[in-house]
This record gives sequence, C-alpha cells and structure tokens, in this order.
Amino acid sequence: MTYTTVASPSVYAGSPKRGPITRLLEDERWLAMTLLLPTVALLGLFIAYPFIEGVRLAVTDAKVGIPGHFVGLQNFEKIWNDDIFHVAVWNTCVYTAVATVFKLVLGLWLALLLNHNFKGKAFTRAFILLPFIIPTVLSTLAWKWMFDPTFSVINWMLFRLGLIHSRINWLGDPNLALISVIIVNVWRGLPFYAISLLAGLQTISPELHEAAAIDGARAWQRFRHVTWPLLLPVTLVIVLFSVIQTFADFQLVYVLTGGGPANATQLFATYAYQLGIGTGLLSEGATISLAVFPVLLLVVIVQLLYIRRVETH
Amino acid sequence: MARINRRKFLKLSGAGAVAANTGAGLAAIFASGRAPAYAQATSLHWLRWADFVPASDKLLKEKIVPQCEKALGIKLNIEMINANDLQARTTAAIQSGTGPDIIDLLGTWPQLYADSVVDVSDVAEEIGKAQGGYYETQRVLASVGSKWIGVPWAVGGGLVTYRKSWLAEAGAEKFPETWDEYRAIGKKLKAAGHPYGQTAGHTFGDAPGWWYPYLWSWGGKEVEPDGKTVVLNSRETIESVKLAVALWKETMDEGGLSWDDSSNNRAFLSGTISATNNGASIYLEAKKKPDSYLTESGKPMKDDILHARIPKGPGGQFALGGGFTDMLMSYSKNQKPAKDFLRWIHSRAVFEEWFTSQQGFTSGATMEWEEDPVWSVDPVLRPFKDLPRIGRLEGFAGSPNRKAAEVKTKYIIVDMYAKAIQGMAAEETVKWAHDELVKIYA
Repeated sequence: MTYTTVASPSVYAGSPKRGPITRLLEDERWLAMTLLLPTVALLGLFIAYPFIEGVRLAVTDAKVGIPGHFVGLQNFEKIWNDDIFHVAVWNTCVYTAVATVFKLVLGLWLALLLNHNFKGKAFTRAFILLPFIIPTVLSTLAWKWMFDPTFSVINWMLFRLGLIHSRINWLGDPNLALISVIIVNVWRGLPFYAISLLAGLQTISPELHEAAAIDGARAWQRFRHVTWPLLLPVTLVIVLFSVIQTFADFQLVYVLTGGGPANATQLFATYAYQLGIGTGLLSEGATISLAVFPVLLLVVIVQLLYIRRVETH
Repeated sequence: MARINRRKFLKLSGAGAVAANTGAGLAAIFASGRAPAYAQATSLHWLRWADFVPASDKLLKEKIVPQCEKALGIKLNIEMINANDLQARTTAAIQSGTGPDIIDLLGTWPQLYADSVVDVSDVAEEIGKAQGGYYETQRVLASVGSKWIGVPWAVGGGLVTYRKSWLAEAGAEKFPETWDEYRAIGKKLKAAGHPYGQTAGHTFGDAPGWWYPYLWSWGGKEVEPDGKTVVLNSRETIESVKLAVALWKETMDEGGLSWDDSSNNRAFLSGTISATNNGASIYLEAKKKPDSYLTESGKPMKDDILHARIPKGPGGQFALGGGFTDMLMSYSKNQKPAKDFLRWIHSRAVFEEWFTSQQGFTSGATMEWEEDPVWSVDPVLRPFKDLPRIGRLEGFAGSPNRKAAEVKTKYIIVDMYAKAIQGMAAEETVKWAHDELVKIYA
C-alpha cells in the first residue's frame, strides 16, 4: 500500500519568507475585512455619501453655488405647509399603489402563460422583455406621441372603430393624465414581474402539481394551494423592489407631462427636481427627496418582516 | 545592461531638453505644472442650447470655431444641448467646480447662479456702449445691482403666428388687437375647425411666454415694486382668469393642457390650429420646406403666415422679454481668454454673422440691431424687429430674481389659469396662486 506523504508544517516554515501583508491575511478576520473592503467602498461612495450629503443639504438653506447655513428642520416645516407637496405625496401614493397592483396581477398572469410549453417559447420570452430593455426616455417619447391630443394613434383607432366620437385628452385631463402615466409605468414594469415570477415558477417541482392533480385538485385549487404559497416569498421580494422603484420614478412623468397639467401628475421626484434644479433650491429639493425615506423604510421593514414570517412557516 | 526606469528617463530627457533648448527643461515644466506657452493652445468650452434654427448652430461649429482659433488662438469647443437640460448641467458644473467656461443661459436663469459667475461689467458695458445700448430687460436679466453677471447675447420673444387666409375667412383682415376682437374672431375660427392653440401645461417656454403677457395685459401683477408685497389677487387678475376660461372653451384647441413647447409647432404646421404665440420657428420651418407644408389649397403654407403681437388689454400690450445671457463661470481656469472671447464673439462683425443666420428668430440684445439689414430680407419676420421694446419680465413689478424664478419654475401663474380651465372658480384659483406667492416671497 502506498501512502502519500503529507507535508508537515515544518515544510512551510522553511518556505520563502512571507511578507507582513500575507501574514496578516492569514488571519481570517483580516482576510474577511479585506475582501469586504471593495463592497464597503462602493456602498459608501454611491449610497452612504449621497445619503449623508442629502441629509446635510436638507438641514441647511443651501442653494446652487451657495453652501448655506444650518437651519434645522425649517425646510421640513416649509414642505409640510406646501400644497404642491401634498398633491405630490398623494399622486405618488396612488401612482405606486395602482401601478404595483396591475403589474403584479398582469405579471403573474403573463408568467403563468409563459410557463407552458408552446412553439416559439424562447422567442416570446425574450420579446416580452423589450419594454424593460428600451431606454425609458425613448419608450416614453413614443407613448407621448400615442397620447398626443392632436395626433394620438390610440384616439385614431378608437375613432375608426366607432368607440369614440370626440378625441380623448389623455394627458390634458387631470384624472386621465394620472391614469395615462400609470398605464405607461405598468407597460414598462410588467416584463420585470413576468420574468422574475417565471423564474420563481420554474423552481416549483412539477411533481407537486401532479400529486395535487391525482388527488383531484382543479387548476384553480392547484394554483391557490400549491403554486401561490411557494411563489409568495419571491413575489414579495419582487414587489419590494418594484415599490421602491415606482415610488422614486422620475423619467417617465418628466417626459410625459412635466408634472402637469396643474400638478395633476406631480410626483416626489419631479417636484424635488423642479425645486432643486429648476429653482436652484438644493436644500428644499433634498428635503423632498428625503421625505420619501421614512415611507420607503416603513414599506421595506413591513415587507421584510412578512417575508421572514412566510419563510419560517 | 543598466536598467533605465521611468524616473531616470525623465531626468535624462529633461537634461537633454536643457541641452537642446534654452528653456528650463522638463523638470521646470513639471514643477510649474503648466505646459510651455508655445505648446499651449488655450481651449474654451462654451455651453449653449440646441438652437431652433439649426443653420445658426451649423455656422457656429463650421465657421465661428475656425475663425476664433485664427483670431484669438483659442480652440473653441461648443456644446449644444436641449434647453431643458441646461439647468441640470449648470447646477452640476457649479457644485462640482468644473465644467464649461462659458454658459449661455435663457431668461431669468442667470439670476439663480449670480454667486457663481465672474463680474463681466467691463465687457458688457463696452459692448453695450458700442452697439447702441442694451434693452432695459436685457440689462436687468444680466445684472445684479451694478454688477454684470453676464453679457446679453440676444432676445428671443414670442409673437402670434397666424394663418392670414383663415382669419380673413372669419372676417379679420389683420390679427385682432383687443381681447374682445380676439374672442369674436376665435369663435368663428373654432366653429370652422381652425381654433387658436396655446399650451397651459408644464413646459418652460411657450406656457409662461403666453400666460405672463396675458396677465400683464389685464393689469395683473405678481408683486408691488418693493418686490415683497404680493398683489396677485386683484380684480384685474380675476377678470383675466374668467376670460381665459371663456377663450379656452370658445376659441382654443382644448388639447393644449398637455402641450409641450413643440406641440403648437406641430399643430400649426399640420393645419390643426390657426394661430399660436411662438417664436419664428414655425414660419422658418414652413419656409425651409415649402413643398412639405401646404395649405388646404395646395399652396406653400409659408405664404399664408404672418406674425402679430398678442392683443392689448386694459393693462397694455406685452411680450415675455426672455433673453440669452453668456455667463463666465467663476470656476473657469481660463478667465482672461474667456473674457477675450466674449469681447470678440459679441463684437459687431462676429455677432452679425450669427445674427444674420437667425433670419429674425431672435432680436439683438442692443438696440442697434433693429437697423440690421436682416429685417428687410423678409417682411413676414419684420414684426420681431422691435419686439424687445414691449418686453416685460417675470416677477413684475418687482425684479426677476430667485423668488420670481421659483414662481415660474413651479408654474404657479400657468397653473392658476390651468386650474380655472379645469373647472375651479376664478376667485378660488387666483387665491390659491396668491397664497403660493405669499409663501415664496415671505
């Protein structure tokens, strides 16, 4: 029987000299810290620093080119009494809630359809992603044309089909304007939901469905008692990301309406931009941006707690 | 073989340079941190909007840039971006302390950045004196107190572009001069399927360009001359709002609530509307493509277009006196060349080339340009010649300062009319706007 000789520690002791850094990194705690360093640096640079800078700006009266002085919570008091800010808060909540519900329901439906085997499945799945791939500004400009009060292709089609007799003022009517921007948001966000939920669906073993079917469960019952419980953790994470993104949406509304007409589509981000960049009031712009933070923090905490509960059950 | 590392190489080559030249060599150049004068080509970065007259941008890039290098030895880098993005770029440049040396800003924007620019009083006063004096609005926009924060470049104002044949069919031989006439003719035009068209949406150019002069024509104003006392909630303003609602329903294209700055151009050129307050860009486009833009009888639309001032009201007749102002940024490392450049580009001979290329889209910032031959080339554009004389600025009767800019950026005056158009009572919407102004001017 042959034995392989394993080098004893004394062999290493005689190896070339190790530098102080190598010796330091042999300690797992130092190694872990070193490996974490790039991530910490990136997070610090792109997340912590802007956040701290935002907080600093919000408690000063800084304007473009003027550093400003500490004013405490004066800016928060100002926006608290600002009617346009109230409108922006309401619009943002409606925009996020309605868009998220539609994206979830339609996204789930699409994912269930795409989870079946059919001809051209791969192509369809790739095609579905298009709204998500096209730069938002470009696709929104196309939507702007479709909603144009004079040249709307949607109006033209509805008119030709005999469904309307006068044109619909998609972006000019205050209620329709908010609905219109929500429609575009749903269109853009749907692929994210569909593809992510599809990935979740594919992790569910077909055997579970087969077993349920043998036990006599119908399609709806199989979805309700097999698919949905297993998909729920993934769904909650997707909804969490989506809510954060939708809440802070900017490009879409900025391009479509600029927050108009008469602030009917004004959101947190567009109003913060209007004040911070348009008026040079950096401190007030930062205050509005920061006002989103507690709301989002609450959403994140509630959802993460819920996810933990679902996972432990 | 002896190894030569980078440091040794630089040292040796520096010594070589000393031997070869009379200069101090690379070591001295590195120590000074500057390239030797003979090797330097000063370059300047000039940020502007992408012009509605593309020929002017072409002229700047293809002709003015080489001329500048020849005349001043300055390599000019002109960057043209969408006007909507100018403020974001300016803010980023100021906050980071790096960016374009000179920025050409629109309207009241220069007032927002007054603390981040260099005093250019010497250049501005020299140009103003040599070219017949600046219009008062342009002086106000480009200065804070007695300090010039920029050099006025040109004035871009709005006149009503209208279809003369359609107005004639409605019984108007010339454009209505009072709001009553405007309403009466407008009713007929809308009944014939040719409404007027104005935006009441959130768009930075055409919306304030129409609604501010409209308010002033009624005698409405934001504040008293003290610049503090808000007086928007007045009988005049309420009357103006009431008529605006009637005009919207009876005479205008009601899709205008969501129009941006290019929507009225498209609507006019497609034959959807009969009149709209705008710069000369609609006419210039129709003139450029006479075979594409035709009237219903198949004739070039350009021959059916005229320009007129917006109607008079009890308060007078006005236009928003927006200008373009060149600001030399204080972070610029090229202060001296930048001032030389400003002096050169604003000089009569150089500016005239650009001014001619505009064909009347803008007026000069100084009064001498009213006499320029460009105004005799095309009679349709002649009404723009002395437009700056009826110019008035945001924040009237105070100054177009940061507060006035905030009111404008929040679209409070525009939204006062938009809310009424959407159904809010005139008294209520005026009170809302007044209260918003009080908060801003507090």
